Amino acid sequence: MSWETVVGLEVHVQLLTATKMFCACSAKFGDPPNTNVCPVCLGLPGALPVPNEQAVRLAVRAAFALGCTVHPRSIFARKNYFYPDLPKGYQISQFEEPLATGGALEVVSPERGPITVRIKRLHVEEDAAKSFHDRVPGMTAVDFNRSGVPLVEIVSEPDLRSPQEARAYLTTLKQVLRYVDVSDCNMEEGSLRVDANLSIRPAGSSELRTRTEVKNMNSFSGVERALTFERDRQLAATERGEAIEQRTMLFDAASGEVRPTRSKEESHDYRYFPEPDIPPLVLSESWLGAERAELPELPAAKRERFESRYGLTRYEAGVLTAEREQADLYEMAVAKGGSPKSVATWMMNEVDRLQAVYQRVSAPVFKLPSRLSSAEVFVTAIAAVSQSVEAGDLNRAGGRQLLEEIAAKPERLVESLTAGEPRAIAVRLAKLLGILQVSDTGEIDGWVRETLAAHPAEVARYRAGETRLLGFLVGQVLKRSKGKADPKLVNAALITALNS
Amino acid sequence: MTDARAAAKAAAARIAACEAKGTHAFLAWSEQALLAEAERLAANTAAAAGPLAGEAVAVKDVIAEATFPTTCGSKILEGWRSPFEATAIRRLRQAGAMVAGKTNCDEFAMGSSTEYSSYGPTRNPVDPSRVPGGSSGGSAAAVAASAVTMALGSETGGSVRHPAAFCGVVGIKPTYGRVSRYGLVAFGSSLDQIGTLGRDVASAARLLAVISGRDERDATTLDRDPLPLPGPAPASLSGTVVGVPREYFPDGLHAGIRAASDRALARLRDLGAEVREVSLPHTKYAVPTYYIVAPAEASSNLARYDGVRYGLRADGGVADVRPLYRATRGRGFGAEVRRRILLGTYVLSAGYYDAYYRQAQRVREAIRADFARVFASGVHALFTPTTPTPAFRLGENLADPLAMYLSDVYVCTANLAWVPALSLPIGRDQGLPVGGQLIGPMEGEPAIVRIAQALERALDRTAEVR
Repeated sequence: MSWETVVGLEVHVQLLTATKMFCACSAKFGDPPNTNVCPVCLGLPGALPVPNEQAVRLAVRAAFALGCTVHPRSIFARKNYFYPDLPKGYQISQFEEPLATGGALEVVSPERGPITVRIKRLHVEEDAAKSFHDRVPGMTAVDFNRSGVPLVEIVSEPDLRSPQEARAYLTTLKQVLRYVDVSDCNMEEGSLRVDANLSIRPAGSSELRTRTEVKNMNSFSGVERALTFERDRQLAATERGEAIEQRTMLFDAASGEVRPTRSKEESHDYRYFPEPDIPPLVLSESWLGAERAELPELPAAKRERFESRYGLTRYEAGVLTAEREQADLYEMAVAKGGSPKSVATWMMNEVDRLQAVYQRVSAPVFKLPSRLSSAEVFVTAIAAVSQSVEAGDLNRAGGRQLLEEIAAKPERLVESLTAGEPRAIAVRLAKLLGILQVSDTGEIDGWVRETLAAHPAEVARYRAGETRLLGFLVGQVLKRSKGKADPKLVNAALITALNS
Repeated sequence: MTDARAAAKAAAARIAACEAKGTHAFLAWSEQALLAEAERLAANTAAAAGPLAGEAVAVKDVIAEATFPTTCGSKILEGWRSPFEATAIRRLRQAGAMVAGKTNCDEFAMGSSTEYSSYGPTRNPVDPSRVPGGSSGGSAAAVAASAVTMALGSETGGSVRHPAAFCGVVGIKPTYGRVSRYGLVAFGSSLDQIGTLGRDVASAARLLAVISGRDERDATTLDRDPLPLPGPAPASLSGTVVGVPREYFPDGLHAGIRAASDRALARLRDLGAEVREVSLPHTKYAVPTYYIVAPAEASSNLARYDGVRYGLRADGGVADVRPLYRATRGRGFGAEVRRRILLGTYVLSAGYYDAYYRQAQRVREAIRADFARVFASGVHALFTPTTPTPAFRLGENLADPLAMYLSDVYVCTANLAWVPALSLPIGRDQGLPVGGQLIGPMEGEPAIVRIAQALERALDRTAEVR
């Protein structure tokens, strides 16, 4: 029998707020333990939670970005359980009447192509503190800095059919949430956490069989590995005629295995009830409308626009829109003139050199003239190189060299900004550096003659029919010109000389 | 000697006299702390000119305050010092008051006699063989014994009005959200309010005005300015309609309570008020509803006392956290608190939630609608007895939790409906004080205070009613 895998994901994402969900403590990651704490997030007797407006705003933005219906009235609820990292003995979350329901995320499945993954619900909650079982021998230490940090939980429908699809969903989800500045989705710092529900069923069936919940996965590749292991385990058990037990499994990244939790505490009764300390969260239509209107362009829409507006391939558009910041820089560079295709080529092929330039111009020690942002200077560099190479002022190698020079001495670029248009800036800089492309045929003919004289053996072999040596000879001419000669003209001049 | 210092010395002497009689109204107080309060007051000109300048105010031990421990009458918080003070405490200090000390109460405010305090019962100053009522019994006794003229209490189901009635003083439970709960140790969060006790209506109303008003630390406070200070008692109540809900006067009502109520109603008529019979048909469901909602919330609110971070930690003897929880909570909580935690856990459990908690919320809405309907019909306030009997003897109801719960039958409705209510002494029956209750519409504190002031002036509160 052939089997189908059914996966649904519960993703917890930390919201990018300065302060915690219900108090004014800093939500910063990595501060010394128990320094960002107060009576509210320590759950001291008499302290009360007051919702963070910015957290609600970000949660609403996430919901809109995922196409959810945001409810004008939602309620907070208490999820009751005992654990040392839960200072109140309950977590403030949402249960009945969550903030948002019914969204969808378009994902490209490696097996099935474009698919729609339905989002069941999105709700706001607070994080628990963090337990450390390995810091103090024989004891558990608790850091309450994380206690009360704002989260959204995003629950998908069981629409994923493989571990690879689960990973693709997570990658797309992360991209969308980063686009709308809701979260940095950094799994290492715990700002994105994933629990997965997995079951198997006969292919083509629509039933939902007993599932297991897989936890403790700390990377997207870990999710894929864990789900692959768990799927194979369920398949093997089912083939042996064993029933799948509903329980919680933990992934061990070191061994790549998934094992059941020691105790069967998953039969928790959380005794949810409406949080009496917080009135229902009521959001006005006008406020919601304004939030929706302010939503930035999402990755899928931007990719399509890049394809149609700039004539880019789907691949190019995908790469350039992977991060919102990169897409913005691309559009700024194109706006400075020159062909969108050429700008795209430079941004995609010269990642390392451009990164070096960007790091230099955005370093705090680098003083920019007033009015100029580091992004502005950076895109000027891209536009200058791409336009001047396209116009033939520089060859490709010269363009690359120019970027390296700018990264080494960015002040030169800034000094040249007064030269006007990007192409003029590039020409001025290239002159300064002596790397302007030489298109003077007399000068090129001279380098060709010198080269042929220096390589009589190769010339003879070429003339004897070994024409692939042309490439070697072109290289030698370019070398003699210190990279400045226009390669097209060199090519033509060499052929003429060799055939005469 | 400054005025404040003299006031502090005098208050200390009165408290010492009260406690010397074995009242046990206070869990913590000292002359030294009072003198420190006086010094702080003398250095703060704004506070020294405030409406409560030099007034010593006793505070129920469920309200967080940084000078004294905040134990909530429980062993689980023995010696616990809060690092912060409640909004109400901050406000009364800003108004010139001095914190006189912390008063005894039923453990976590769960009880109607103050006998459930883990630190021993408080005795009723009027008759030391009787309970002061509860759970704010210490605060009521402190006022009744003239140790202080005003005190803070707290209510979840009548815990200010009930002991006010038993001790012959005035107690006010404001509209839910009128006073910030920040710093009030939670029992039943959707019912809890800090209330005030005073030797007369004006004292209790003055203290309430000072602590009232919006607070950004409590999301459930009403977005309102503080209440105005009370004015003089009106000479006439003509134009005022007082409703008498028939469900509060059953056939078997205690004869002394009935006689006192009849006399008070006669005085209200004498003052020109129109007295009209009304009906609140869902009243009979109030106690069962209360005993679902309050324990449910309490079971969650009290989960934080687990021995991990503060308070009592009973070593479980095993390197696991569960034995620690069991030992700490088993040893730290008294029997009544454990009973309510179990009740609350049960009614919130999967499979029982709909039948109990959700159903109770529906009934609560019906009770609230009863009040809304009556107040929309032109009634300005309701008059009822505060308690079904005068103060009972120590130990009398200890073996019978249901009898104890039924003692709150007339007071817990206002908590469920969020409306303000006050209790004032309306006479004595065989030497024991009888309380009369005025219930107002949402935000109707000024109206019930005005009616109570008029009635107070027209009555001899110590006269025998039969």
